[in-house]
Amino acid sequence: MQIHRSGSCSYDLSGFSTAAVGRGSAAHFHRRSLLTAGAAAGVGWLTSLGEALARAEPQRPTARPRSVIVLWLQGGPSQLETFDPHPGGKIGGDTQAIATSVPGLQIASGLAQTAEQMHSIALVRSVISKEGDHERATYNAKTGHRPDPTLVHPAIGAVLCHQLADEVEIPRHISILGNQWSARGGYLGDRFDAFRTGDPSGPVPDVIPPVKPERFERRLESLFEVVETEFARGRLANLDEQRTLHRTAMRSAVSMMSSEQLKAFDVGQEPQRLRDEFGDTPFGRGVLAAVRLIEAGVRCVEVTLDGWDSHINNHALQTRQTEILDPALAALIRELKRRELFDQTIVICGGEFGRTPRINPAAGRDHWPHGFSVALAGGGIRGGAVIGETAADPKLDKATPLDDVRSPHGIEDIHATVLAALGVNFKQELQTPIGRPMAISHGHVIQELLS
Amino acid sequence: MWVRDLLFFGLGLSGLAALSTGLLSAQRVEPPLEYRAAYQAPALQRALAELNREFQQQWQERQLTPAPRADDLTIARRLSLALTGTIPSFEEIRALEARPADERLHWWVSRLLADRRYADYVAERFARAFVGTEEGPFLIYRRRRFVSWLSDQLQHNTPYDQIVRQLISGTGLWTDSPGVNFLTATVMEDSDGRTDPIRLAARTSRAFLGMRIDCLQCHDDYLGNVVLGSPDSPRDGLQSDFHQLAAFYSQANTSLLGVKDDDQLYQYKYLDAEVEEEVPAIVPFGPELLSAEGTRRQQLARWVTHPQNKPFARASVNRIWALMLGRPLVEPIDDIPLHGEYPPGLETLADGFVDSGYDLQWLIRVIAASDVFQRDSRAAFDVTSEHERHWAIFPLSRLRPEQAAGSLIQASSLKTIDSGAHIIKQVGRFAQQYEFIVRYGDLGEDEFDDRGGTVAQRLLMMNGELTRKRTDHNPLINAASRIALLSPSDEKAIETAYLCVLTRRPTDTERSHFLEAFKQQAARTPSVEDLYWILLNSTEFSWNH
Repeated sequence: MQIHRSGSCSYDLSGFSTAAVGRGSAAHFHRRSLLTAGAAAGVGWLTSLGEALARAEPQRPTARPRSVIVLWLQGGPSQLETFDPHPGGKIGGDTQAIATSVPGLQIASGLAQTAEQMHSIALVRSVISKEGDHERATYNAKTGHRPDPTLVHPAIGAVLCHQLADEVEIPRHISILGNQWSARGGYLGDRFDAFRTGDPSGPVPDVIPPVKPERFERRLESLFEVVETEFARGRLANLDEQRTLHRTAMRSAVSMMSSEQLKAFDVGQEPQRLRDEFGDTPFGRGVLAAVRLIEAGVRCVEVTLDGWDSHINNHALQTRQTEILDPALAALIRELKRRELFDQTIVICGGEFGRTPRINPAAGRDHWPHGFSVALAGGGIRGGAVIGETAADPKLDKATPLDDVRSPHGIEDIHATVLAALGVNFKQELQTPIGRPMAISHGHVIQELLS
Repeated sequence: MWVRDLLFFGLGLSGLAALSTGLLSAQRVEPPLEYRAAYQAPALQRALAELNREFQQQWQERQLTPAPRADDLTIARRLSLALTGTIPSFEEIRALEARPADERLHWWVSRLLADRRYADYVAERFARAFVGTEEGPFLIYRRRRFVSWLSDQLQHNTPYDQIVRQLISGTGLWTDSPGVNFLTATVMEDSDGRTDPIRLAARTSRAFLGMRIDCLQCHDDYLGNVVLGSPDSPRDGLQSDFHQLAAFYSQANTSLLGVKDDDQLYQYKYLDAEVEEEVPAIVPFGPELLSAEGTRRQQLARWVTHPQNKPFARASVNRIWALMLGRPLVEPIDDIPLHGEYPPGLETLADGFVDSGYDLQWLIRVIAASDVFQRDSRAAFDVTSEHERHWAIFPLSRLRPEQAAGSLIQASSLKTIDSGAHIIKQVGRFAQQYEFIVRYGDLGEDEFDDRGGTVAQRLLMMNGELTRKRTDHNPLINAASRIALLSPSDEKAIETAYLCVLTRRPTDTERSHFLEAFKQQAARTPSVEDLYWILLNSTEFSWNH
C-alpha cells in the first residue's frame, strides 16, 4: 500500500459539488450526474470534486488491513467481568467463566456470543498505564500518549487519515455516540477530528439543502466570493487552514450532502434480522453502521458504549453493559467476515482502564490501570492469541502492582501493533506546531499478536 | 390549537405595528442607572491607565504594531456576546447609535450589566467551572436552582469573594440555600450523604485558585508540574498537599435537613503507606493567612478569599478575561503558576479587583474600556499569530454553541429577545436553543478550548431546522420577511439585514454585489432570505472578532 506522508482526508477536497444538490426530499446523487453537473457549472471549485471522482478507481482488495473500528467502552470496563475472569477466588466476585471456541480459553459468562468468536479475536490481558482519571486515561488510550500540557496528540483514527489517502465523499473519521472526548486530530489539526454523529437509527440529519440546487449554488457563490473575501481581508494569511476551518468544513459538508455514500450511515436499510443480531440498542446500531461505513471506504469509526464506571454495585452494572456489548461485538465479527471486510479491518475493543481486583464495601470496583484487557480482531491479528496474564490471587502490593501482571504492555504497544499491521511507519517523526518533532508512537509491536 | 394560532396572529399584528415604527424611528430604550460615576472613580482610571501601559510596553518590546481601534459596533458585538451570549438586536443597535460617540461604550456596558441576560448567561459560565455540566445526584442536587441563585447574585452584584465563601462554607437545604449545591453535587450514592472531599478539593483548587493540584491526588509531583511553597523557597507539590486541602471538607454531610457539619475527620492511605491515617486540614500554601475560628469549611472559605491570597484574585481575573476576549491571559485557564511569571495585565487587574471589594462589574468595566479589548481583529499590515498571541490584535474565537444559537435566534428578530420580550418568543427561544446546542456540540467544561469549525456544525447551520424556520417566509415572525416587506428600498433592506446578522453595514463591494443580485429577482422576499442565509453561514457570524 502506498503511503502518503501528507495525505489528506476526503473532507479536505478542495472542490465541492454544489450543482449536484437534489430537490427537497432526496438529495442524493449518482456519480454520473455529479460529474455532469460539475462540468456544467463551469466554476473552478465546482469541478474539482468531479475530477477527483473521475480519477477514483474501484476499491481493490489489499494485502493489508486498511480500516479500524474502535469499540470504545467509556468509563472503565471490568476485566474480571469481561475478558479476564477469575471465578472462585477472592477477587472474582459473582462472575462465572465460560468456555470459548478456543480450547482452554475462558471469558466471562456475560459474553456468551463473543465466546463463540474467540478463535477470531486476540486478547491482551496485561495492559497497563499510569493514568487512573477518566479524562487523562481516555486521552492515553485513544492517542497512545500520556496527556502533555504543551500539545494534544492525535487519536489513532486521525493518524490513519493523515497517513493514508482516500477519496470518499463522507468524513473518513467518524465517532458514533461519542462524548466530549471523542477522537480528535490534535496537533495534526482539527480537520482530522472525528465527525460526530448520534444513534444511526435513521438518515443523517441536516443534509438536505433548504432551497433548490440553482438557488443554493448562488448562495454559496455570494458567500465565498463576496462575504468571505471581505472577512479575510487584513487577517492571518491562511486564516481558514490555521484557525477557523470554516470554508474547509463547509466544503466537506457540501460534498457530503450530495454523496451516495451518505446511505452508509443509515442502518434502516439493513434487514431487521441483521439489526436484531447487533442488538436493539444505540450501540448495536452504531456498530452495524460502522460496518456499512467501513464498506463505503471510511478509515476509522469509533463507536462509544458509555456506562462502565461501576464504583458501586459492580456486578449488576457490568452485566447490564455486557448484555449490550456481547451481541454487537459477536455480530460485528460475523458480519465483517460475511462481507469480506474482516481481513481489511482491525477491530479494537476496550476502555480507558480496568477495575480493581478488590471489591469495595459498596460492592463496586474502582479504577485500575495496573493490568486490564483489550480485545483485537481482524486483518493481520492472530485470532485466539492471548497475551499476558493477571494473577488469580494477586498480592495487590501498592508499591509493586506489576508483580501481579505477566508480560505487561503499555497502551502505546497496542497502538504500535495496530499501526504496524496497517502498514504505517509509526516511528517516523512528525513536526508539531510547537516545533518539536514527535514520533507517531513510542510503543513496541507485540509480535505474538500478529499473524 | 386555534388558541395558539390566535396568539400567534395577535403577536404578529403587534409585531408588525412595532416593526413599522422600529424601522422608521429609534426605539426608546430605558437608560441604565448612574453609570458615569463608576467610570470616573480614580481607582478604575488608575488601573485602566496601568493596564494600557503594560500592553503598550509589551508591544514595543516585541516590536509588534497593534491593530487600530475597532469601530463601536464591532466592540458592542463583542460585549453582547461576552456578557449576554448573543449579538445585539437591530433595536439595540439603533439605541446605541443614538448615544453621543464619546459615552457610547460606557453606556452600552452599563446597560448590559443591568440586563437580566447578563446575570443568567454569566451564571451558567461560572456554573460550568463550579459544578460542571452533569445532572449529578438525584433530589439533593438541583443544578438549575444553583444557576438561578448564582444569577441572582450577579444581578445584585454581590461581591465575588462573598459568593465563593457561600459556596465553600454554605449550610442548609439545596432548595432554600441553593449555594450548597456546590457541595451536594459531589455526594456519591454509596457515601451515606457525605460530600466528596476529593472532588471538592479539586474544584476548589481549579475554579477558585486557578491551580491544577488534583494530579497530586494519587502521587507526589515528580515532574515539576505543581510548584507550591513560598516565593523564597518553592517546592514540588506532595500528595499530602492535596489531601490536606481535601480534609477541610471532611465535616460536611447531607441529611433531610440539608448540609451541615459534624466532627468527622479525614482518613486517607497514601501511596506508599501501609494503613490509612488521619489527615490534618492544612492549606497548600500561605499558611499565615489561615485563621482558626469556625468550622473547617469556614476557615477554608476565609483563607481562599483572603485579600492577600493572590491566586484567588488571579484566577477570577483570568476567568473574566477569557469570558470577554475568548481566551484567558494564562492558558490553560486553571493552571496559573503560584510564583509567576505573569503576563501583562494580570497582576494589575488582580490587585485592582481585590481593592474594588471583588466587584465583578468593576473588573468587566476596566477590561471593556482597555486598549486591548478595543483592538480591531484585522489590520492593514501583515497579521501573524504573534500579533494574536500578544493581544496586538483582538483574537478570533469561535462562538460557543449557545452563543451561536442565541445569535441565530436574535438575528432573526428585529426586537430584542430578552426578559422583556413576549413570552412566546422566550419559550420558543429556549426550546429551539436546546436542540441546536446538542447538535452543534457542547464543549462541556472545556470552556476556552481553541477549536476550528466542524462539518456537523456547518451542516446544521446550512440545512438545520432552526436556520430554515428562522429565514423562510414568515412575515409574522421572521426579520428576513419583515425587512423585505417594510424596507423603503433594496439598499435599506440590505443594510438592515447586515446590521441584524453581522452587526455592521455592508462594505461597498458587498452593497453593490447584493444590489445587483436583488435586481435579478422579481420579488424582494427571496432575495432577503438568500442574504440572511448567506450572512448566517459566514465565518464572520460564527466567530467572535
